[in-house]
Amino acid sequence: MRLILVVFLLVLITALPAASITSASDAVVAYSARHYGHEAAFDAFTRRTGIPVKIFNGNTGELFERLKAEGDRTPADVLFTVDAGNLWNAARAGLLSRVDSPELQANVPAHLRDPEQRWVGLTVRARTIVYSTQRVKPAELSTYGALGEPRWKGRLCLRTSGYIYNQSLLATMIKRHGEPRTEEIVRGWVANQPILINGDTKILEAIAAGQCDVGLANHYYLARRLAKDASFPVGIYWANQQTTGTHVNVSGAGVTAHARHRAGAIKFLEYLSSPEAQQMFADLSFEYPANPQASLHPLVARWGKFRHDDINIAAAGEYQAAATRLADRVGYR
Amino acid sequence: MGARRVRTREIEVQGARQLELSPWVAAVAPVAAILAVPIVAVLSSLAHPRLEVWEHLWQTQLGELVTNTLFLLAGVGATTLVLGTGLAWLVVGFRFPGRAVFEWALMLPLAVPAYVIGFAFLGLFDYAGPVQSALRRELGEWARLPDIRSYGGIVAVMTLVFYPYVYLLARDAFRQQGAATLETARSLGHTRFQVLWKVMLPMARPSLVAGVSLAMMEALADFGTVATFGYRTLTEAIYRVWLGMFERDAAVQLASVLLLFAALLLALERALRGRARFVQSHRRGPGITPVALSGWRAGAATLACAVVLAAAFVLPVGQLLVWAREADVGSHLPFGRLLANTLVLASLAATITGVLALVLVYAARLHPSTTVRAVTRFVSMGYALPGSVIAVGVLGPVAVLDHFLVSGLERLLGHPLGLVLTGSIAALVYAYVVRFLAVGYQTLDASLGKIPGTFDDAARSLGTSVLGTLRRVHLPLVRGGLLTALILVFVETMKEMPATLLLRPFGFDTLAVGVWELTAESLWEDASVPALAIVAAGLLPVFLAIRWSQRPR
Repeated sequence: MRLILVVFLLVLITALPAASITSASDAVVAYSARHYGHEAAFDAFTRRTGIPVKIFNGNTGELFERLKAEGDRTPADVLFTVDAGNLWNAARAGLLSRVDSPELQANVPAHLRDPEQRWVGLTVRARTIVYSTQRVKPAELSTYGALGEPRWKGRLCLRTSGYIYNQSLLATMIKRHGEPRTEEIVRGWVANQPILINGDTKILEAIAAGQCDVGLANHYYLARRLAKDASFPVGIYWANQQTTGTHVNVSGAGVTAHARHRAGAIKFLEYLSSPEAQQMFADLSFEYPANPQASLHPLVARWGKFRHDDINIAAAGEYQAAATRLADRVGYR
Repeated sequence: MGARRVRTREIEVQGARQLELSPWVAAVAPVAAILAVPIVAVLSSLAHPRLEVWEHLWQTQLGELVTNTLFLLAGVGATTLVLGTGLAWLVVGFRFPGRAVFEWALMLPLAVPAYVIGFAFLGLFDYAGPVQSALRRELGEWARLPDIRSYGGIVAVMTLVFYPYVYLLARDAFRQQGAATLETARSLGHTRFQVLWKVMLPMARPSLVAGVSLAMMEALADFGTVATFGYRTLTEAIYRVWLGMFERDAAVQLASVLLLFAALLLALERALRGRARFVQSHRRGPGITPVALSGWRAGAATLACAVVLAAAFVLPVGQLLVWAREADVGSHLPFGRLLANTLVLASLAATITGVLALVLVYAARLHPSTTVRAVTRFVSMGYALPGSVIAVGVLGPVAVLDHFLVSGLERLLGHPLGLVLTGSIAALVYAYVVRFLAVGYQTLDASLGKIPGTFDDAARSLGTSVLGTLRRVHLPLVRGGLLTALILVFVETMKEMPATLLLRPFGFDTLAVGVWELTAESLWEDASVPALAIVAAGLLPVFLAIRWSQRPR
């Protein structure tokens, strides 16, 4: 019995510090589902403004649940996450608030922001075609849809349809081409009996090893791989250059609906969209800066300029459920 | 048939009468209620069915999901049963080179998180991995292994991760069996194998079934491995519906279907345990005397243990070590703090779960009424739910209570406050206990069930109180079972990821969180460092247990 009492007292004592993290300090608290390559920019913000930043990392869906449960007493001021669809859903669930900042609007192009100003994209990732430099000529490649041509039968590696970046790719396709055409494209992929692999890095390795010849991946995974090994036999091909442009997605952030340090949070986002911070993002994670004034990492710069699909990426959220259903319908697992 | 039904009704009536009287049941009721809250929260989602999502699932994949899930359970159940029991029988019943080491080393795979073993196997046996690459180099381009991303592959990996449940419980059961029973059977002219088949296995059945049902529930709740292997199950669909359609309610409703599966598993378990209850007539003197194997038999036994240990532990840990050599970020993690946090959480969760499981098992022993049994079983269903779902089930009710408390406090103090319980260690440990209670409960139940009721009667008739009987009679006898339960919960807590991520206090990271942060970015080399730390920390309770179990009684 005594043991039980001791244990419960212990639990109570350890529970108390949790209460003290919130109202006391003037730190901006960020809930983040993106946790790589942003530390330098956060530190720089604190150095410039004197405002400390506290980060709480988690998975997107779970962070949303926690924000919802904490309601108007949440310690979070800023929500960071990857994928425009996630940002759109956070906004739709009422977790984010509108921020009218001329600075943000000047720094980030309109198609990378929420039309209602509840979130902004801060880094850009292209999801495009990767191919074996030994077995494929770039001339054989053209669009996402062309991966459904019979010549790629048994030579195509894809991630599953449940993968968030594939959902967003399909969602923006639906917005661009309508459901019937998108369905046709995905049916083409499925007809080629793609090898389903979980992990963009694994797709690159499978192509290098000869398990397949083409695939879809986010560009920075290949950049990371090439940074380690310049002779890695996989190349990048910018899809849809003659048509709609290559599909891009973002990682981004918004100010929470019940932020206690709203002014600091807005300042924080403004700083993160500035050329200085954008440069740090680009240098650390091989991503494209959202702010066109920042320059690229040399390795990525080598791949040259390409045309982005400039459809507003909120479409990734709007059509996400439709994309999921479409994939289920045509049997893209 | 009719007679039996009448009898059960009688027992129920007795049970009902005892329900009102017993302080034990009075103690169990609130505990069970608190533990049931998250599970009820999950079930309550069924009140508002998301029909269009269900219709979509029904038209597209529900059939496949259910069949896949059933096949997975059947496969994992059968293979863990054979492997776990076989190994336990080897190390308890025989002497062969290396046995002393294998006896404890075969528990080690418990310390390796499933997502790590899965990833290591994929890394090794994939088309692009070292094994197949070497084959192609040696034999030519045509050389291929069967795809590891398949039903067989996932059952193999899960078996290697989950067989220790069966192994541990079976080993404890075989050890508890007195030598006398065996000698009697042997003297009646049975061979050792017949003794195993006709006496030992039937007597160990409750433990074996408990171990297998733990392994199956674990397989049911697994998300990480099935997602990595691209094998579609109900649990994997929960995540796709939750994050792919942002249909949280539909996702939680899918989770209720998992509870249905868990209920079926538990029913199956009851059926398999049978009505027979085997008790030890006496536990004097040593247990089974192991027989020394010689020649090829000894070699075969050593080889069998070594192969399993290599596949389930040495290989994945070796892969982690290889990755760790190339790591550069993982080494910057504040290890001391992560480790300390992990150990605090795991000790708390193990202690509380152990105590609660003991209370529940004991209440069910003193008052074996259907009601008490049903309640305890319901409460232990949390294990079949994926960590995220339990976490959401805990978060909702805790946050509601929290807001209620804090608004009261704010009125008292007159200034705004933050939340107290949400994101506190208490909420996190609560989730662990709900998730892992089944582990403690099943282990103890199987162990305590072997102590004959006559012991209780004797102790009580000599004037010992109920608690005194527990302390002086039962605890010494179930020490092995209790230790096993504590170790299992401790190690499980250390590996648990989704609930930890969602409910942990601010800045309170654990080793599993460290692994997650790096694997989420596919930085496997770096993630291997905290993963190795989890394995190392998992060895700690194993070694303590060895020390304790070797102490003279």
